[in-house]
Amino acid sequence: MTKTLDQFAIGEKGVVKSVTAEGAIKRRLFDMGVTPGAEVFMRKRAPLGDPIEITLRGYELTLRKSEAVCVTMEVKA
Amino acid sequence: MKKFALAGNPNSGKTTLFNSLTGATAHVGNWPGVTVDKRDGVYKKTPEPVAIIDLPGIYSLSPYTPEEVISRNYVLDEKPDCVVNIVDATNLERNLYLTTQLLEIDVPVVVALNMIDAVEKAGDKIDVAVLEKKLGVPVVAISALKETGLKELMDKAYKASLEKREGATVLADSSLAHLIGDVKIALKGQGVENPLFHAVKLVENDSIETEMHKELSPMVEEFKATFEDDVFGDDFEAIIADGRYKYISANFAQTVARKEKDRQKMTPSDKADKVMTHKIWGIPIFLAILFAIFHLTFSEDFLYLGAIFKLPSLEDLGLLTAEGEPLNYGVRWLACVYDGALFSPGVILNNIWNDMLVGELFGWLGGLVEESTMSAWAIGLINNGIFDGISAVLSFLPPILTLFLFFSILEDSGYMARIAFILDRMFRRFGLSGRAFMPMIMGFGCSVPAMINTRTLADEKEKTATIRVIPFFSCGAKLPILTAVAGAIVAYFGVGNADAITFGMYVLGIVAAIVSVLLMRNTSLKGETPPFIMELPAYHAPQFKNLMAHLWDKTKHFVKKAFTIILASTIVIWALSHFAFDWRFLEDEQINESILANLSKLVQPLFTPLGFGSQLGQYGWVFVVAVVAGLIAKENVIATFATLAACLMAVVGMDFGELAIDAEDGIDAVQAMVMATGITIPALISFIAFNMTTIPCFAAVGTAKGELDSKKRYVGTLLFWLASSYCVGAMVYTIGSWWWTCFIWIAVVALTVTGIVLVNKYGKNGRKLLWARGK
Repeated sequence: MTKTLDQFAIGEKGVVKSVTAEGAIKRRLFDMGVTPGAEVFMRKRAPLGDPIEITLRGYELTLRKSEAVCVTMEVKA
Repeated sequence: MKKFALAGNPNSGKTTLFNSLTGATAHVGNWPGVTVDKRDGVYKKTPEPVAIIDLPGIYSLSPYTPEEVISRNYVLDEKPDCVVNIVDATNLERNLYLTTQLLEIDVPVVVALNMIDAVEKAGDKIDVAVLEKKLGVPVVAISALKETGLKELMDKAYKASLEKREGATVLADSSLAHLIGDVKIALKGQGVENPLFHAVKLVENDSIETEMHKELSPMVEEFKATFEDDVFGDDFEAIIADGRYKYISANFAQTVARKEKDRQKMTPSDKADKVMTHKIWGIPIFLAILFAIFHLTFSEDFLYLGAIFKLPSLEDLGLLTAEGEPLNYGVRWLACVYDGALFSPGVILNNIWNDMLVGELFGWLGGLVEESTMSAWAIGLINNGIFDGISAVLSFLPPILTLFLFFSILEDSGYMARIAFILDRMFRRFGLSGRAFMPMIMGFGCSVPAMINTRTLADEKEKTATIRVIPFFSCGAKLPILTAVAGAIVAYFGVGNADAITFGMYVLGIVAAIVSVLLMRNTSLKGETPPFIMELPAYHAPQFKNLMAHLWDKTKHFVKKAFTIILASTIVIWALSHFAFDWRFLEDEQINESILANLSKLVQPLFTPLGFGSQLGQYGWVFVVAVVAGLIAKENVIATFATLAACLMAVVGMDFGELAIDAEDGIDAVQAMVMATGITIPALISFIAFNMTTIPCFAAVGTAKGELDSKKRYVGTLLFWLASSYCVGAMVYTIGSWWWTCFIWIAVVALTVTGIVLVNKYGKNGRKLLWARGK
């Protein structure tokens, strides 16, 4: 099943399928390791519901929902 | 001298390594992007001394952030003899991504595998030999903190620097290898340096490269047209980033042997994070921490013990003389710590420093000068000009250092990054990212480092807006203005509560900042909210050494400021108030004829709408003088009152009763001014509001000039500060004096907002209000 990263529930795991952002946001996502094939674990949302925190390539990354929309994920059981 | 550049990810321990190597005390923090400019030092244990250049922390050599561009240009243009690439061993995968880019440059590279102790402690192992073989450059396991492996690292770096190294790419096995190879050969044919690096960047469509090698674009495009990837199509940036990570996962997975069962276990950092960024408790915890910091720094009733247990004052205990002075030397020390309540550590430090150390020293020095045979004006210059100026400035050192200590702890521990995480949603409303919080909160300590820190903001407009409002976060030097004026209001008029007034002014500053940012982001600094894709570093206990280094740095900076800009300005102000236009030296009695008084009388009417202009009569200009002195350094505002009160006393024999106008806290000096001018409470509050939101001190203005990208923005910033302080001051004074004027102000604000909405809706490039978009 595929869905975008912002749709992930806390504790859900998945693999990055594609990144649809443009320009600086796209490059930043790539540089931080959000590339196809990367495993992602959805850790939590900030107290105000946004941004989100994910575990990726062994570290913690935070990004906004508006940026997470650009990341299409394959959900892993 | 050979030059070695330190390059690596933010938060990889680069600055700690730099400090260990050079013995310098640079600013270290657990916040991605603390080093925002390159700094250098010298390492002496290699066969010849080498210069170490600490580059800003970066994740990539992309063209998008200033740090990345600084680092990239340094390595390409300055041609260091070796690049020491520091890699966080606990986070190998992402750290090696930068390594793969650095390796493409024709420069010797040595990889420093940092935090190896943390890896071993977790029970993991990294095979250094395999890593070395795969990367093709020396790899040394080190711990920058415990200073292990540093000698070996530098020896290998020195050895590497003796030979040339040709760039190599991990993309050699990828589908792009041919394309990159062809472009590289073409570049080499043209005699371009670092052909491999430029070739890869050109293929990536890197904006800096395509600009630089315009003539090659058609050729590169031709090559690219023949290429089609089945996953990414013609998105070359994606293919290359993906290629790097694929290579890293494929080749370095086996160098790290993890204890599998530990992976599932929560680390202490995870547990801490669960509480600190909790859905419900996260924000209350953040507010409690902020409150605790200010309580520990400024409260004169530590933990409210005095109020709770109704503790007796020194007077009740019979430890004071009839004049209210401490009985003996021992009681003087006690009075630094306790008087009816235990003081908070910040206040104790402040009392000991000011009453026992600085006060004693300058009292003694002043006595010596007084007894000397110098002429009257020289004694005046030294005692009233120089000594008073310096001791006034030094008296602010304790609160600034205490605040900085707490902020350093927050930064070092990793909590500062979480604050950005918690607050981002709120900041986005105003068109800023959570990252802007850090420079703003630092503004409470000092605007100068706060403005320098805005370099971590990638977006130029966000940066400009942040720099402009940083002074509104009342800095350590402005606090004495608040406490002195608030104290005087309570003491003279017998109304209100000094703490409440001070706190209210802090809130006013924050509100002014929010309104200003909203206004700017909707008018002159329109733009999309910048992205917020940030690493959250693991929590760790702050290092004592780092904290001390941090504080030492601040002390040095501040004392330097005290003895340069501020000393010079006190002398200038003293000279202006003791010389007439015809260069006659004036006694204190003749201050009315001074250059300063005449200039101030000239501009005094301008301040009438703010309450401290023409309506104050003959001596009203003293407030104008204080404002002008404050432009040089905010510490001068209250010091100026003390000087001028002394002069007024001498001029007209004005009797200020029992007021001690030279007292450290300045409350009596302000009271003397109130007696001399008859200024009202709203005007006094307007005066502090004006000082808080106007052009900051010269040091901060200079920093802002350096940080803003254009002269236009700099001039705009100065005008913005003048306009904002004038509006805030006028608003406070008029509403405070005649409550019904609030309707006029409401109408003005409503008209402005409507105007902006209409212009943004129907004007060119029409768009909705940022506030509305935020939702």
